[in-house]
Amino acid sequence: MLNDKDRIFTNLYGVHDPMLAGARARGDWDGTAALLARGRDGLIDEVKASGLRGRGGAGFPTGMKWSFMPKQSDGRPSYLVVNADESEPGTCKDRDIIRHDPHKLIEGCLLASFAMGAGACYIYIRGEFYNEAVVLQAAIDEAYAAGLIGKNACGSGYDFELYLHRGAGAYICGEETALIESLEGKKGMPRLKPPFPAAVGLYGCPTTVNNVESIAVVPTILRRGAAWFSALGRPKNSGTKLFCISGHVNKPCNVEEEMGIPLRELLEKHAGGVRGGWDNLLAVIPGGSSVPLLPKEICDTVLMDFDSLRDVRSGLGTAAVIVMDKSTDVIKAIARLSHFYKHESCGQCTPCREGTGWMMRVMNRMVEGRASSAEIDTLEQVTRQIEGHTICALGDAAAWPIQGLIRHFRPVMEARIAAYRGQVSPKMAAE
Amino acid sequence: MTDEPSEFVFDAHSEALIPAIIAKYPAGKQASAVLPLLDLAQRQMKRQTDSAWVPRVAMDVIAARLSMPPIRVYEVATFYFMFNMKKIGKHHLQLCTTTPCWLRGSDDVVAACRKHTGIKGWGETSEDGMFTMTEVECVGACVNAPILQVDDDFYEDMDAEKVEMLLAALRRGEKPPVGSMAGRQTSAPEGGPTTLTGIEG
Ligand SMILES: Cc1cc2nc3c(=O)[nH]c(=O)nc-3n(C[C@H](O)[C@H](O)[C@H](O)COP(=O)(O)O)c2cc1C
Ligand code: SF4
Ligand code: FES
Repeated sequence: MLNDKDRIFTNLYGVHDPMLAGARARGDWDGTAALLARGRDGLIDEVKASGLRGRGGAGFPTGMKWSFMPKQSDGRPSYLVVNADESEPGTCKDRDIIRHDPHKLIEGCLLASFAMGAGACYIYIRGEFYNEAVVLQAAIDEAYAAGLIGKNACGSGYDFELYLHRGAGAYICGEETALIESLEGKKGMPRLKPPFPAAVGLYGCPTTVNNVESIAVVPTILRRGAAWFSALGRPKNSGTKLFCISGHVNKPCNVEEEMGIPLRELLEKHAGGVRGGWDNLLAVIPGGSSVPLLPKEICDTVLMDFDSLRDVRSGLGTAAVIVMDKSTDVIKAIARLSHFYKHESCGQCTPCREGTGWMMRVMNRMVEGRASSAEIDTLEQVTRQIEGHTICALGDAAAWPIQGLIRHFRPVMEARIAAYRGQVSPKMAAE
Repeated sequence: MTDEPSEFVFDAHSEALIPAIIAKYPAGKQASAVLPLLDLAQRQMKRQTDSAWVPRVAMDVIAARLSMPPIRVYEVATFYFMFNMKKIGKHHLQLCTTTPCWLRGSDDVVAACRKHTGIKGWGETSEDGMFTMTEVECVGACVNAPILQVDDDFYEDMDAEKVEMLLAALRRGEKPPVGSMAGRQTSAPEGGPTTLTGIEG
């Protein structure tokens, strides 16, 4: 188990003062000017060496992403945009960073922006996080007043502006290009890529979008060194990670653990174990609603990191672990997610707009069993036609949970269909 | 629509905030302020009429202020879920029913809200005008599921009994402390954290 001394988010639960005085006592803003003095390349190289991969879902190497930003400006400004939209069902970790450790995020914004030559940063926070936004804005105001950000940030000679922008309730705005559109004052509709945001992003300028957790861990990585961070976890899957454990555990919670911790250990050490004991486990969605679920046999041994979960055809995603015990109607659990994706599709591409509605309707019938077994195959084929054929990954995200269900729980679906037949056939015969 | 006012003017409180909002965005990019201004208008309506919503005349005022065609503002206002396009009750009950909340009993929370407000369908307002019930998707607090969001605040670890208590308090004009209704420390496991036990300050 990770040692407290290796935990980054030492105020995860908000027991201590989240504001500047408390943050300084926890080591934030300590020698920031000296970190900046290492120069852009120095910072990017350190983040690359740490092995940090994006915490927003896709796991793209953070240092490499920063290196795509122009080294020399062609006259356009560059931007960092921090993704605090946190809307993937199961996920509620960025919320704790924002309300309990806001200065880690603010210091990370300064360091990351400097490393990629961005003079301004926008944090896009989901509108529902109203109270969290109030705390973060107060922390930003404190940082300005203390000269930590703004003109000549930390006395480094670098001018840096940081703005908080509230969204207004739309999951799709978590997708990076939809987020940029939304920030520009439009509907949050994803853009076709390329061009990628590093070339044409916010206001047509080079932009990098990073998740809150990706940015908030940066100051600690720079202070303690890449070697410290990369020694935690496994190769290419390094560091610590915030896990959100929800559903049928005895004590749902957020916790910071080492990457690669066995799923079973994570649940039993921190969340009081599965309700009714490990043998009462049915399935786990290991990385937020978009990734395929895993049946108990896989949960018995799987490790919680990007590559281990990819190897069992799921994903670490946002590390939001949704636990279902044997009392769960697993078809209904996934059908509710189909409803979610249907609700959140922005509607601009046909496979997603039509497909999410179609899948939801079929899934609702599957819950009742009002279908034929052949339709399970049709459903599977439709998910394949959506996957990879849309502008953004919401289409994939809507397809994967259903694919996981069919892969691991087909017999349950068949049994439901058979039960429905048994129930209605006599009645139908009488009509 | 009878509720639609004939005019909307930003009041002094709102006006005092607008310049700093617009100044966040580069010159010429003031359209970026459309979400914040819609939010400001909705909050002002709540102050003035006890109902948080955005009438069309307010969208027109925002369009003029930001030099945007009105249709662009309508488009944005209807795309985002948090803007109410019609009058709502004094308190907006936003019930999360997405899978993590459903696994922890959001059905009971929904049933209790219906029982104690008399509201039958989603989007409807109670007869006394106190409450409007809306089904929402994951609000990002799943380890404290199920969540009942009331106006800006999350009430967490809910169940039917706590719903009854909460609604009764709101009726009395009280606002119970927000956060976990089960009394736990934010997102820490019930009974106390398994980590960070030796961390000072
Ligand atoms: C539909 C959809 C929703 C997303 N929602 C979020 C989100 O709420 N927060 C987030 O950080 N990333 C979200 N992402 C991923 C972002 O597009 C982007 O990859 C991420 O912010 C990059 O940050 P990282 O490299 O630090 O992980 C979403 C992606 C998709 C397709
Ligand atoms: S995949 Fe869906 S959400 Fe993404 S752009 Fe297409 S319609 Fe919109
Ligand atoms: S599912 Fe209800 S808060 Fe996430």
